[in-house]
This record gives sequence, C-alpha cells and structure tokens, in this order.
Amino acid sequence: MIWRAQPIIGIKTGGWKRREEGYIQRLYDKNQAANNFAHIITHHLVVRRQKMVDLEKELAAMREYYSSGNTRDASWRRAQLRGLLLLLHENQTEIFNVLKQDLGKHPAEAYRDEIGSTIKSINYALDNLKGWMSSEKAKLPKVALLTTAAIVPEPLGLVLVISSWNFPIGLSIEPLIGAIAAGNSMVLKPSELAPSCSSFLAQKIPAYLDSNGIKVIEGGPTVGEQLLQQKWDKIFFTGSAGVGRIVMAAAAKHLTPVTLELGGKCPAIVDFLSSSWDIEVAVERVLGAKFSACAGQACIGIDYILVEKKFYPTLVELIKIKLKTMFGENPRDSHSVARIINRHHFLRLKCLLDDPNVRASIVHTKKSQEVYIEPTILVDPPLESMIMEDEIFGPLLPIITLQKIEDSIEFIRSRPKPLSLYAFTNDRSLRKRIISETSSGSVVFNDALIQYLADTLPFGGIGDSGIGRYHGKFSFDEFTHYKAVAWRSFLVDFWFRFPPWNDHKLQLFRHCYEYDYLGVILTVLRLKKPKPSSAS
Amino acid sequence: MGGEKEETSSKPAFDVGAASELVGKLRGAFASGKTRSYQWRESQLKGLLKMTEEHEQEIADALHSDLAKPELESYIYEAAMLKNSCRLALKELKRWMVPEKAKTSLTTFPSSAEIVPEPLGVVLIISAWNYPYLLSLDPVVGAIAAGNALVLKPSEIAPATSSLLAKLMGEYLDTSCIRVVEGAVPETTALLEQKWDKIFYTGNGKIGRIIMAAAAKHLTPVALELGGKSPVVVDSGIDLKVSCRRIIAGKWGCNNGQACISPDYVITTREHAPKVVDALKQELEKFYGKNPLESKDLSRIVNSNHFFRLSKLLDDDKVSGKVVHGGEKDQSKLRIAPTLLLDVPRDALIMQEEIFGPLLPILTVDKIEDSFDVINSGMKPLAAYLFTNNKKLREEFVMSVSAGGLVVNDTTVHLAILSLPFGGVGESGIGAYHGKFSFDAFSHKKAVVYRGFMGDAAIRYPPYTKMKLRLLKALITGNFFAIIRAIFGLSKD
Repeated sequence: MIWRAQPIIGIKTGGWKRREEGYIQRLYDKNQAANNFAHIITHHLVVRRQKMVDLEKELAAMREYYSSGNTRDASWRRAQLRGLLLLLHENQTEIFNVLKQDLGKHPAEAYRDEIGSTIKSINYALDNLKGWMSSEKAKLPKVALLTTAAIVPEPLGLVLVISSWNFPIGLSIEPLIGAIAAGNSMVLKPSELAPSCSSFLAQKIPAYLDSNGIKVIEGGPTVGEQLLQQKWDKIFFTGSAGVGRIVMAAAAKHLTPVTLELGGKCPAIVDFLSSSWDIEVAVERVLGAKFSACAGQACIGIDYILVEKKFYPTLVELIKIKLKTMFGENPRDSHSVARIINRHHFLRLKCLLDDPNVRASIVHTKKSQEVYIEPTILVDPPLESMIMEDEIFGPLLPIITLQKIEDSIEFIRSRPKPLSLYAFTNDRSLRKRIISETSSGSVVFNDALIQYLADTLPFGGIGDSGIGRYHGKFSFDEFTHYKAVAWRSFLVDFWFRFPPWNDHKLQLFRHCYEYDYLGVILTVLRLKKPKPSSAS
Repeated sequence: MGGEKEETSSKPAFDVGAASELVGKLRGAFASGKTRSYQWRESQLKGLLKMTEEHEQEIADALHSDLAKPELESYIYEAAMLKNSCRLALKELKRWMVPEKAKTSLTTFPSSAEIVPEPLGVVLIISAWNYPYLLSLDPVVGAIAAGNALVLKPSEIAPATSSLLAKLMGEYLDTSCIRVVEGAVPETTALLEQKWDKIFYTGNGKIGRIIMAAAAKHLTPVALELGGKSPVVVDSGIDLKVSCRRIIAGKWGCNNGQACISPDYVITTREHAPKVVDALKQELEKFYGKNPLESKDLSRIVNSNHFFRLSKLLDDDKVSGKVVHGGEKDQSKLRIAPTLLLDVPRDALIMQEEIFGPLLPILTVDKIEDSFDVINSGMKPLAAYLFTNNKKLREEFVMSVSAGGLVVNDTTVHLAILSLPFGGVGESGIGAYHGKFSFDAFSHKKAVVYRGFMGDAAIRYPPYTKMKLRLLKALITGNFFAIIRAIFGLSKD
C-alpha cells in the first residue's frame, strides 16, 4: 500500500518532489562529505592516538631496559662513547655533506665547530669516566662516631635531549656524551629544520649505538609536543627562550628537572687598543666569531659591538679591510660563510633591516639574494629598534658607540643577561669591573667562542640565557643524581639521643652541636650543671 | 588563626602591585652591589646566628604554640641545626667565594681560565610548616652566603613561628635586602607572578608543580624540596633494640612523623615481622609511657585538616583490622598516638600517599631482597633506610635503590651531615642544599677566560683551505704529533 501511495504523491506534487529529491541528494552529499571529513578526522585522531600509544610502548620498553641495569655498567658507557667516536670518524664526508645541504657550512667550519669539538669531548669523557663514576667520601665531624658517608653518583633514568638546527650534529651529540657517561637511557629529537642532519642522525645512531637504550625520534612540533607529554627524568633542551618556557612548563607537570641552553644578545666590548697588532687580532677574532660560526646563527656568536665614539672610525675601516681578506670581494663565492637556515629566518633578518632608521645605519653590505645574506655592518641603529631588542642570530653586526668604554657596563646591565660576554681590552681595572658588575653565562677576554671548547669550564646561561650547564664533568653532573649515603654501626648510640627528654639531655645536645667535646665529658660526669629550661 | 585574620584585614592587602613594588626595591638594593661584599654576607650570617642564640626560648615557645613541639626537639632540629649551618658558612665563606682556577687545554692555548661564583640576584624562599624555623632559615643561610637579596614567605600554617620570623628578621637583618612576607595563597600567588632569579620551595609535590609552572614563565630556576614515602627495610640478624630506637627517633621523635625524611613505612620478612613489632612496642612504651596521648615528648598534629586526613587513612576498610599498636586519637587536642599497622595491603590508601604523621605501616615480604622491588615500584622517595649486618645486601641497597639520600643502620642522620647534599630525585624534588651545596644552589658559576693577543693561528679564520682543515683536526683533538705532521705537510688525510 505504501509502495502505491508514493507515486501518487509524486505525481501530484512533482515539482516539490524533485526539489525535495535535490535537497535530499544535497543533504546526502553534504552528509557524505561530513562523513568523509569526520572519517578523516577520526582517522587522523586514531593515527595520532596510535602514534602516542606506540611512543608510550617504546618508552616503556626503554624504561624496562634501563631497569635491567645495562646502561649503568661502565663497559656499556664506554662502548657507547666509542661507538659515537667511530660514527664521527667513519662518516666525516657524509657529515660534511649534510651540513652543507642544511646550512651551507664549509667543511673546515663544520669540522671545527661540530666534528672536532665533539671528538675532543668524547675523548675527554673516556679519559675521565672512571673518576667521575666513583663515589666521593664525605668528611664528618667527630661527634658522628662510627659513621661513614659518601656521595654516590647515580644515573637519572630515561632522559630526553632536544637539539637545535644551527649546530645540528654538535649540539645533538655533545649532550648525549653527558647522558651516556652518566649511565642513562635516552631519546634524541634533532631539529626538523635541519632535515638532512636529522635523518643522518636517525640513520646512523642506531647503527653505531645500543638502540635499546638510545633512540632517535625525528619530527616537528607535533612530535615535540607528544614527547613533552611523557614523563622523563630529565629534559635537556637547546633552542630559543620561547620554546624553553614551553619545555619547562611541560616538565613541571611531572616534576622533571630541565637544562635549558638558550641564547641572548652577546655583546663584545672593544676597548681602545694602542698597538696595531692588538687591534688587528681583535678584529679578526670578532669577525671570526660573528660571520664564520654558522653565519652568526650561534647562541654564543657576537650579537653587537660596544666601542668608544672616538675609536669607532678606525674600527669600522679595519673591519672592512679584514672582511675582504677573509671572505674576498664576493663573500658568497668564498663558501666561507654559511647560509641562512630557511626562508622564514631570511625574511626575519630582512625585516630587521626594513626599519628605515636601521637601514640608514648600514655602513657595509652587499645585495642579499635567495637565502644568503652578506656580512652587514651597522653603526648606531636606534636602540629601541628590533635589531637591538631581539637576538639577531644572523650575519648582521651593529656597532654601538659610547662616550666612555666604562659605559658599556651599564649598557649591558640594563638588558637581559646574555649567554656570553666578550671584552677586548688590556685594561685590568675594566676587566675586574666587568667580572664583578655584569652577569652572563661566561666572560671571555680578548677572544670569542673558545669557551665552548674548554672541557674544564661550565657552559650554560643565566636568567634569560638559560638554566643549567654542561661540557666535560659538568655534562656528567647534569645527568647525574648525587645520592647522599651514610652508614652507621650498631655499636655506639648516645643514650641521650632518645626520649623521654630532660634538661640533662638537652645540655649534652648543646655541646655536641657546638662540637664542644670537653663540655660533653663534663656534663656526662655531672661536673657541669644543665641550663634550666622553662618548658619542663 | 582567628587573630591572624583580623590582623591581615587591618593591613592593606599584599597584592600583585605590592609584590612588584617589593621586588623592584630589592632589585635596586641588589644592583647597588651591597649584597656582594664579604662584609655584608658575614654580618647577615652573624645576625642570623645572634638572632637564634638570643631568642632560643621564644623560638621554642612559638614552635610549641604551632605544633606542641617538645623543647628538646625544637632545640636539636631547629635552633642547633640552623646555628651549625651559620657557623659552617661563616667559617668557609671566604673559601667558597674564591674563584676556582680551571685548566686550559692545548686547543685554546695560550689562555687562563677560572670559574667565578656570582650571586643570582633576587630570590624567593617559600618554606614549610613542619620545621618552620629551620626550613625557613636554612635556605636563607645559603642565599645570603651566595650574596643574594631575598624574600622569605614562611608557612601560614605555623602562624606563631611565621610572625616571630617576621619580627626577628626585621630586627637582626638588613631589611633593604632581606624581607619577610607573611600570608597564605593570595600572597604566594602575588609573589609567584613576579620575576625571580631563583625560587626555593619546601613542601609537597602538588604545590611544587604549580611553583615550577609559574617559574617557567620567567625562565626562573627552581629548587624543590619535597617529600615522598621513605621506606625502612629491616633485615633479620641485627640488634633489634638499637634499630627500633633509631626508627622511633626518626619517626615519632621527628615532629611525630610530620617530617619529610621520617620513615613512612617498614618492610621486613614475614617471619621477622612479629619480632619487629614487639621490639617497637617495647621501646615506644619506654619513650612515651603507657599513655602517649599525654606525653610531652610528642608533637601534636598541626591542624584539624591534617588530623582528619590521618584519621581517614586509619578508617580505610582495608587497614582497619591491621592496627597492632596504638590507634588512639584525641580530636580536641589534635593528638594521635604512635600507631603500628601490620601487613597492610599495598593498595590501601595509607600506601598511596605520603603519611606525614604518627602512623607506621609494616609490609611483609618473603625474602628481604624483595623489598628493593617494592621500593623501586613506587615513586623515588626523599630518603631510604636499611638495617642490616649483611654486607652484600647493603651494597645492593646502595646500588639499586634510588632516593635523595640513603642511610644504613640508622634514620634521618644524613640531614645533619653538612658535607652531604640534601635533596630529592624524581618525585621527591629537584636540587640539593646544606653546607657548600646551599651556597652553590644560590650561585651562578660564571666561566671566565683570559686571552692575550698573541698566539693566534690563522687557520681559525676564513678563507678556509685543505691545509687549515688538517691542522684544525690535529689542534682540536689536542694531538701534538698530528699538529707537527700537519704543519710540515706530512699528514695523510
């Protein structure tokens, strides 16, 4: 009956029916599209969820492996460090290639900043590992009879290392050395902005190291976020302050300690130098530290120069001459300056120069093209311009002139604490004032960047330039928990240690805490009267 | 508490504006460089010492009012420990302040280098109510020794000590650089919105997370001194009487179990457990008499919130039949007797959170070695204790149990050893202090390198050549012969 009724209605109201059919069809299409969309979203969510579940499983397996105690063995640590050494020795050409692809680095620069420095650090760790791993006896006062105490280094557990794109090999491996030496299991997330280096590490690390305890996980912000949701025993991050804040806030949820290696505007004070030799050397070192370390894209690279007004013309002239000898007439063809990492950063740097007042302060540059920016010198750009407010992280070098070189101290103090401070001076009293009146991660006199190579110095920032320090023994410490251990014998217990309390016992405690051994004896022999207390 | 409220309402509220003004003033004082001098640090430490010596009785009275703390406990754990910290800092300060020479290598030759300790700036110390005097001032000793300006926020849950600290510190210390802000959540929130150069917090993990998240906004480093369930493993074949005395001293003799390093639970073997219980019972009676609710040698529970929290742990169905000693409560006096619970199931409420009170559950295992798995399956505690004569067990304990600190054959004594770092790991905290470690916790280790203008190798700078690469390889790895080979062009690669 119903079947029959339908055509009748259909005939009667044909137009409507057609309209409705169209509507239904459209509704159906829409629904289908929505369905598809929902399907895609669900699929996406499912995939994401699945990835998260996989990640959790993977990390659980790594924790299990850590619990087995393998990573704690000195032999495991040594084998991994040797593996890293072998990786660097056997793949040098490939490392040169990936660094060329990602950043246009010259092999000499690549070797100096990323391969050589890392090999040196690994050798240092191998030479000192035994000493670092051993417990340290703690001194005790005589009151602590028959007690021994020691500080025992123990690994933290499963740690996460997030590295940056500017020294994508060096800044990935340097923290790993510390994490391995301290006996942790670890995940490395290299920066996705240096893709060739990232995939090189993801490919080679499992081939040379124990992949049960050491993993590389590649990816961008989404993967980074997923990793940060997990519970780690330490997060070691190298990068910008903005992301550093996110990392630390995520770590707070799990009470995870963090090391944040950030940057900042590192100033170079150039005092008036009377000897022409000194000036020349100073300028060479400044230019080397600015343009030949990843084209200024280095956290300890020189950001700007502070100089006395009367000295600056000499300085600028010399800089121009030296730039020519270092990089030739056409710096681009010398292949001695790295390129800007990507278009985004290229535009950011160009934007810094867009301010007409800043543009007017340029004294040396050439045309920039593609993602290559020529070494550019500026004199006295406005202090409130972006170039003097943000970390430059590129081959632009502002020179700020001051009346007196001593004014540089106030200039630096009124800004966020930098990762490094450089000063070229022979004036002892200025040096002293710089050390005691300014604050920075490190201070280097008459040179730049070399602090990165010293295994005996802590490398790290303060304030906005970071939290924590590493390199050499400090890397080991950063990934170690120093466990306090005290051993007691059952033999000696002062009877006055336990309640019920009385004045006599109180008096004995007074002597003990003041290490007044004679007083203890006198009170025990009842030759000294206890001080009365009101409570009892 | 009522009087406290009236007082705060008459004063203008300490809000974000007031907090930022305070920090601004302190930043100005710090910038003047005053706090950096040895003389200032010395005078402030002497001030703290003098303040503690001259007001010992008032301190004991305040602690008695807040916690009914026995005077001797106040003396040992609060006044005397603080005085010791001050004395050690005064004795060692000059040495701590001296820059440390660092060796330099062939790679950076010729140069010299040192590590210079410098103050962090203006720091915030937030302390706890259980040892309200010591835990407020012990970090202050470190902050002063390192040359910082600081704000101390004592706990509002120990109001008498909080107001005593505010009064005394105003009299004895330099108020242009050292300030006390009293208050509860609103005041703390206002303080946490400011930018500090370090936040040092003592308390629980929940607030610790809030502190660290607030610190993250300003990239402020934190030290978090938290707690956790600190276990005591009791092996057989030991001097049980001495062991139980030492457990009691660490548990009930430390603020009636309201201490971050107090033993939280005992693990022993099934057959040894009755002996442990008997010995504990016996010694408890010797110490605190037949009616411990009346004992003057036990602190009370700090407030009714905590009293109810502890009562709830005891009322849990899973443990109600497990009490083998004690269990008496007096709500009007906020007192709970030392209580032993035997064979508590591990999923009971009392085994899920830090007890922080006079209840001591005893877990049993088949073999004593199994106890390490029990400990390692939970969060990392602030302390772990083991009583044994077995050398192998002792070694395994030190190797496999992770905790802030370990003590073999005693409890809590590591706290008093100033040559040991005191602090947690994992859930029990971040960072360590005491003695030199306190100085370090509030210092920045600045690396300083000195170079002359001589001895520069052209190879460091562009234009780069093959020869430069070869020399660099040799130089950076510090291989002397390779350097010579490279210079003379004898290198193979």
